[in-house]
Amino acid sequence: MTAALNRLVRSTIFRLTLLIFGFGVVGAAFVLILVGSQVIKIADDETRATIQTDADALIAQYEAGGIRKLGLSLGARARAPGGTIYLLTDQIGEPLVGNVSQLPPSLNAVAGFAQTRYQGVDGGARRLALARIYTLSNGFRLLVGHDLGERARIGAVLVRTLALSLVLFAGIAALGAAFVARRMLARIEGVNRAAARLMAGDMTERLPVSGSGDELDRLTAGLNAMLQRIGELMAGLREVSDNIAHDLRTPLTRLRNHAEEALRTGRDEAAWRAALMRTIEESDGLIRVFDALLMIARAQAGADRTGLAPVDVSEVVADVAELYEPLAEEKGFTLRIDAEPKLMIEGRRELIGQALANLIDNALKYGATPLAPREITVSARREGREIAIEVADRGPGVALEDRDRVLDRFVRLESARSRPGSGLGLSLVAAVARLHGGAVRLIDNAPGLRARLELPAPSR
Amino acid sequence: MRLLLIEDDRDAAAYLVKALKESGHAVDHAADGVAGYDLAYEGGYDVLVVDRMLPKMDGLSLISALRAQKDETPTLILSALAQVDDRVKGLRAGGDDYLTKPYAFSELLARVEALARRRPKGEAEETVYRVGDLSLDRLSHKVTRASEEIALQPREFRLLEYLMQNAGKVVTRTMLLEHVWDYHFDPQTNVIDVHVSRLRAKVDRDFEAPLIQTVRGAGYMIRDGGAK
Repeated sequence: MTAALNRLVRSTIFRLTLLIFGFGVVGAAFVLILVGSQVIKIADDETRATIQTDADALIAQYEAGGIRKLGLSLGARARAPGGTIYLLTDQIGEPLVGNVSQLPPSLNAVAGFAQTRYQGVDGGARRLALARIYTLSNGFRLLVGHDLGERARIGAVLVRTLALSLVLFAGIAALGAAFVARRMLARIEGVNRAAARLMAGDMTERLPVSGSGDELDRLTAGLNAMLQRIGELMAGLREVSDNIAHDLRTPLTRLRNHAEEALRTGRDEAAWRAALMRTIEESDGLIRVFDALLMIARAQAGADRTGLAPVDVSEVVADVAELYEPLAEEKGFTLRIDAEPKLMIEGRRELIGQALANLIDNALKYGATPLAPREITVSARREGREIAIEVADRGPGVALEDRDRVLDRFVRLESARSRPGSGLGLSLVAAVARLHGGAVRLIDNAPGLRARLELPAPSR
Repeated sequence: MRLLLIEDDRDAAAYLVKALKESGHAVDHAADGVAGYDLAYEGGYDVLVVDRMLPKMDGLSLISALRAQKDETPTLILSALAQVDDRVKGLRAGGDDYLTKPYAFSELLARVEALARRRPKGEAEETVYRVGDLSLDRLSHKVTRASEEIALQPREFRLLEYLMQNAGKVVTRTMLLEHVWDYHFDPQTNVIDVHVSRLRAKVDRDFEAPLIQTVRGAGYMIRDGGAK
């Protein structure tokens, strides 16, 4: 319990909420103090006006009926109940009539209203009053004032109200902060527990989303998307490493067998030399396969998406076609190029070049039948939101049921078994396509095969 | 040529030192980055061959440090990292060429020798290359053999230009693909050979002494009177 409380109190959200309520409390106190002081000021003004009116009336009586009339009137008023205080003195300040024992010494010098303490004629405690001394034409002095006991009571009420409301406010603040923080903490705890399960190895776990669509939900959704992607990458990597291990075992075994064979049966230097040459060839092939696999793996995992740069696809097409043109001619093919100018994409020139080279290489290897014309067309054009690079031949094509399969690693169709090749060419093309967010399609060219590499193009 | 090999793999280093010496070069060897840097800093080498991953100081830092000292000795980086990005990083650090492990020795030798002939910066390249009675003018793009003009396609011209730039030295197929076509991939088939044989048909066919020669297991070489 105390641990939970401790966690609650230490949570950011609790402190934040409390801080906000704290600001509220200070603000409320400020408002209350302002209102209180205004009320008191208004009351004081009222008191001053009353005193002034009173004094004016008394002075008018003095001027009309002399000191005697003033004394009578004053005597009557001083006896009346209420908070008003009066005192008439002679020139030297000796009290004559009134309900105050003597002129407060502090008030003598002051012209105008002032707060002062006084003592009633019947003795008792000194009380606070707002008063003013008027000097009559014969030098007598008249004090008129008002007791401030009333005002003090109002002030006390105000202070009590203020204190009470502050306490109340602070209580509400603490409760509110605790409530908000508990809710938030509960959700964060949920996320934490899910994260702990994730770290324990359950990669299918996802962080809980409350469904309210608030910022915490958005954050959680973002983290979940990230987890999803990490999961995919991990699965991809695992698959790839399994495959590499499997795929390299075969050629390695072959390599080893050849070496063993040479040791066992080799009789002279020529035989050994031949065996060694073969070993080097095999290992070169192995390295090529390894490089291709690694590249496919990286592209599949999408780990290489950095480093994309503007590439002019038409330039790559022209380059690679030009590279292969003499070879095509030597093999009796006509290589036609049909590319729109300036096809810009964000991509990797080297990889697109390699992919296209593989496609042309395939067409040269498998794109011929005895009867059909030996013709390869390399084209590139923008089609809506993508750029399509196609290598079309007039060969036997690929049967519909094999078209997906040939994109996999090491798949070599029966008809290709006798010819050199690793079976990685098309899967590398597929990987390059995937890296760029595109696709490879094998289409019937009726007759022949149209290998189509689609790459997304930035919108113009 | 004086070469400095900085490589920490003892077997690979011993093999390379031996093979390079057999090819007629003087070779010093350092087994870690700091020792390599000290040797290289003393200078006097024509080419540095630097492994990318070295103890104490990695290859790229070593090259950057040398370049910061205005040491422009041509450098070949050896690396097990084969991706395009790794290559770009290597060249950006100041390497002049990049070779991926595992490599054929002939490839390494060809690249080292090609690097050695690079001139220090600021020294003008010659504008006319000559090999025997064949001459190639790099400014007017004119190629003549025995005062007979030979018409070449632009790519053929660049191919010949690169061969002649490295006259007397072996140029491998991958070097040609890199320098003439500016691609670094493995073309699987003999595409480069066909280009060379086309060039040969234009340059050598009508003449008695062939200049462009095939070096078995390595690549091509252009030189005068080397019928072999």
